[in-house]
Amino acid sequence: MATLNLLILVCLGYVVLLFGVAFAADRMAAAGRGAWLRSPLFYTLSLSIYCTAWTFYGAVGNAARSGLEFVTIYLGPTLVMISWWWGLRKLVRVGRSQRVTSIADLISSRYGKSNTLAICVTILAVLGGTPYIALQLQSITLSFSIFAEADPSGLYREGSSVFWVAAGLAMFAILFGTRNLDANERHHGVVTAIALESVVKLFALLAVGIFVVWGVAGGVGPMMDRIDASEIGQWNVDAGRWTTFIFLSAAAFVCLPRMFQVMVVENADEGHLRTAAWAFPLYLLLMSLFVVPIAVVGLDLLPEGSNPDLFVLTVPLSQGNEWLAMLSFIGGFSSATSMVIVTAMALSTMVSNHLVMPIWLSTQEGSGSLSGDVRHVVLVARRVSIAAIMALGFFYYRLSGGGAALASIGLVAFAGISQILPALVGGLFWRGATRTGALVGLSVGFLLWIYTLLLPGMGGALMSSSVLQDGPFGIGWLRPQALFGIEGMDPMVHTVMWSLSLNTVAFCVASLLSFPSPLERLQGAQFVNVFDHSVAPRGWTGSVAQSEDLMIMTQRILGAGPAQEFFQAEAEQQGGRSSLPEPTPAFLERLERELSGSVGAATAHAMIGQIVGGSSVSVEDLLAVADESAQLLEYSSQLEVKSAELSRTARQLREANTKLTQISQQKDNFLSQVSHELRTPMTSIRAFSEIMRDTDGLTDEEQTRYAAIIHDEALRLTRLLDDLLDLSVLESGQVSLNMGGDTLRSVLDRAVSSALAGTSKTLTVRRSKASERIPLHTDLDRLGQVFINLISNAQKYCDADDPVLTISAHDVGGQVVIDFADNGSGIPAEARSMVFEKFARVGGDKAGGAGLGLAICREIMQRLGGDISYLPGQGGAAFRVQVPLAYRQAAQ
Amino acid sequence: MGILSRGGMKHMSRKVLLIEDEPNIAEAIRFLLTREGWQVETHAEGTDAVEVIQGANPDLVILDVMLPGKSGMDILRDLRELDDLRGLPVLMLTARGQLRDREMAESAGVSRFMTKPFSNAEVLTAVRDLHAQATQS
Repeated sequence: MATLNLLILVCLGYVVLLFGVAFAADRMAAAGRGAWLRSPLFYTLSLSIYCTAWTFYGAVGNAARSGLEFVTIYLGPTLVMISWWWGLRKLVRVGRSQRVTSIADLISSRYGKSNTLAICVTILAVLGGTPYIALQLQSITLSFSIFAEADPSGLYREGSSVFWVAAGLAMFAILFGTRNLDANERHHGVVTAIALESVVKLFALLAVGIFVVWGVAGGVGPMMDRIDASEIGQWNVDAGRWTTFIFLSAAAFVCLPRMFQVMVVENADEGHLRTAAWAFPLYLLLMSLFVVPIAVVGLDLLPEGSNPDLFVLTVPLSQGNEWLAMLSFIGGFSSATSMVIVTAMALSTMVSNHLVMPIWLSTQEGSGSLSGDVRHVVLVARRVSIAAIMALGFFYYRLSGGGAALASIGLVAFAGISQILPALVGGLFWRGATRTGALVGLSVGFLLWIYTLLLPGMGGALMSSSVLQDGPFGIGWLRPQALFGIEGMDPMVHTVMWSLSLNTVAFCVASLLSFPSPLERLQGAQFVNVFDHSVAPRGWTGSVAQSEDLMIMTQRILGAGPAQEFFQAEAEQQGGRSSLPEPTPAFLERLERELSGSVGAATAHAMIGQIVGGSSVSVEDLLAVADESAQLLEYSSQLEVKSAELSRTARQLREANTKLTQISQQKDNFLSQVSHELRTPMTSIRAFSEIMRDTDGLTDEEQTRYAAIIHDEALRLTRLLDDLLDLSVLESGQVSLNMGGDTLRSVLDRAVSSALAGTSKTLTVRRSKASERIPLHTDLDRLGQVFINLISNAQKYCDADDPVLTISAHDVGGQVVIDFADNGSGIPAEARSMVFEKFARVGGDKAGGAGLGLAICREIMQRLGGDISYLPGQGGAAFRVQVPLAYRQAAQ
Repeated sequence: MGILSRGGMKHMSRKVLLIEDEPNIAEAIRFLLTREGWQVETHAEGTDAVEVIQGANPDLVILDVMLPGKSGMDILRDLRELDDLRGLPVLMLTARGQLRDREMAESAGVSRFMTKPFSNAEVLTAVRDLHAQATQS
């Protein structure tokens, strides 16, 4: 007998092989060498995940219990594949062009992106899928136990082995099912592994069948005799059950999440359906070929009470053929694992996209941008979902105890998932179908399924037998298994009939009564008329003619130079027979990435899609394009603002530059004037000192006179330098004021005597000393300097025969106003604005000053918080000095 | 009178007209040139300088640039417009020693350009040279 250890070793080896195959396929696809992976054969084989452990083991069991009825499970899909080929094609086309990720996504997409609907479908799928996963785990356990019974070591523990199987499958699904963010992308690794498993399970079942017919029964003839002799051959066909089951399996074939995953999401080419339409029924035929012989032989050979679900294993074992049994075990293992992996992947996409992400996004609202880590969150959500779904299946298995017959769980799940059918088919073919209709129909069917099939089937725990017997609250026509008083029906037939018919009626009525939203109407048209505006999706493929169109479009976006460069590089990389690259998927992908750098991802996808025709432009695409345009508009308005800012800055800079040029010009003029004022006295000094040095026989008179000139000019130089330094300090604002208090009168007294001292020119100063008794608090020396300057100016420039300077003072609102007016001819009107400028000398008068006096006065008065101005209309030259009574810091 | 009379009188009486508004500088130059045997006339105003020159008919003009009323540059330009004063030697003195001023003076037709402060010897040399050139031609 094969030891359990060997079995576990073979199992592990097989799992390693699956990982290896999946890994290699992913690598090949990534490297672009996996063209054969996208062949119709692989597509057909991947469809055969329809045959789970339930069909592998359960079909024989079903045949042993109920005769030929098991055939209905194969007939449904076969009928769909052969007679409803066009419907499937539409489904695939819609799925590809809308880039749907799951059946929940498809339904939600059709009915105006309704997430409520998506959530309903997701919950339904999880509820239906969980027992189904449990069923697969159970089949593995049961088959293990067959070998364990014969194992002397007794090491086998059921619970832990199931746990490790579930964990391993979760890991596989996570590793190969969530590599990429894009759930719409094909998972070559998973599909290839599933195709391999399909071959293995078919091979195993055929091997067992051939062994039974030729090895045990002794050929076809004796086998037929045995069948005729057994009960199976004589079983009567119950039309109701047959119709129901065929319909149910057909519906489930279309609606099951895992079938949708392999049939629509993983579909690489619509044309593959053409091959699958005959190849898949053929596969099912082969799978069912030896079911009846195995069942008949099993019933004959094995003792009464043996589990017919395990005949596939126990018949070879009973004949001592351990290797065949082990092969058969691997076949069953394959059926279970492939189903679990794909179901987990499909359900996790639905759960993460429609349950986890909306919740996560709503918690992120208001926290600003979420572009960065969304990708990461989606991947984590999908992985956690896989683990959670697997855990759910595991716990369901542990809690249910694995007692129910395999086949019945499968049928219950089928009935549940079939509730999607009205909304799905209606959505594909009836434009009038609305979201409300879908929601109402789905709810009605879903609730009826729970009420009439799921709860009664779970025993007394959730629904008491009194409800089952007499209806809830004793209402007879609400009895779960005899609705509206129709009794005596098979429970399954009863449920399917009522739930699906009421589902459909509710769907139609609610659709007719409700009004679709604009988005719904648009999506409805997209779905129903999908063939009018899309071409067969073959991924991104096209002809060279399309390359030209792509080139033209790319030139418009990137500019002629970069576009040609890009296309040339691509053509060379492809081997370069022509100057244009073949529009291979890899090239188109790179082009899309290149363009999305310029126009945004959504726009780039839509543009390439329009030209290559891989998918029509969906509403989502258009909305994304609109978003991008809005961003561009926003960006351009930002640019406009920036540009306005820039021109404002430029204007300011121009103004500043003009000002600087003026200042520079002023500085040049100033230096030139300073130079002139310095050179003039120096010229006299040099000339006379040379005269005194070089001339013999100068008279004493001459010597004295020339020395006096030199002395005067030296003093003039000193005064000029003092003034310049004074002005410089005042202008730089670094002057330190020496505050003091005194009356205006004494300040004027000192100024008058100081100004008039030591000059020969006479000037009469008239004052009204009574009005000068004003106390002042300011820098008295600086104020005195201003007064001296004004008195000296009058003395120097007053051209009257008898020069008189009148000083008058009065107090006006916190300020002292002092006017200095002489009786001369005054300053010409055109020169008045100039008198306070540096080196301004009116009329070229050479009275000894350098022309800095009034400039200094103005600076001083500004520092003191007052002012000095020319006072016109006084006859002679007149200046007005205003000074605050008390100096305030703020005046500076 | 004209060239003949000027040439004939050259050893007896050489006249220089000094147009300078700084009295001390004017006095120094007058002292220097008088000792050299020049007859020195002075004028301190720019406005009527051209008429004064025409009236004085000097052998040489010493011209300041910064003058009240009219600048030395303008006076020089006006002189060069007049037929009989086109060849008159003009020594220009300025306290603004920038290159730009020298260029302006040269384009206006100055005979010699000097920057203040000058050495007495320089002024004397310049006056002698200019007078020698004028009498040779």
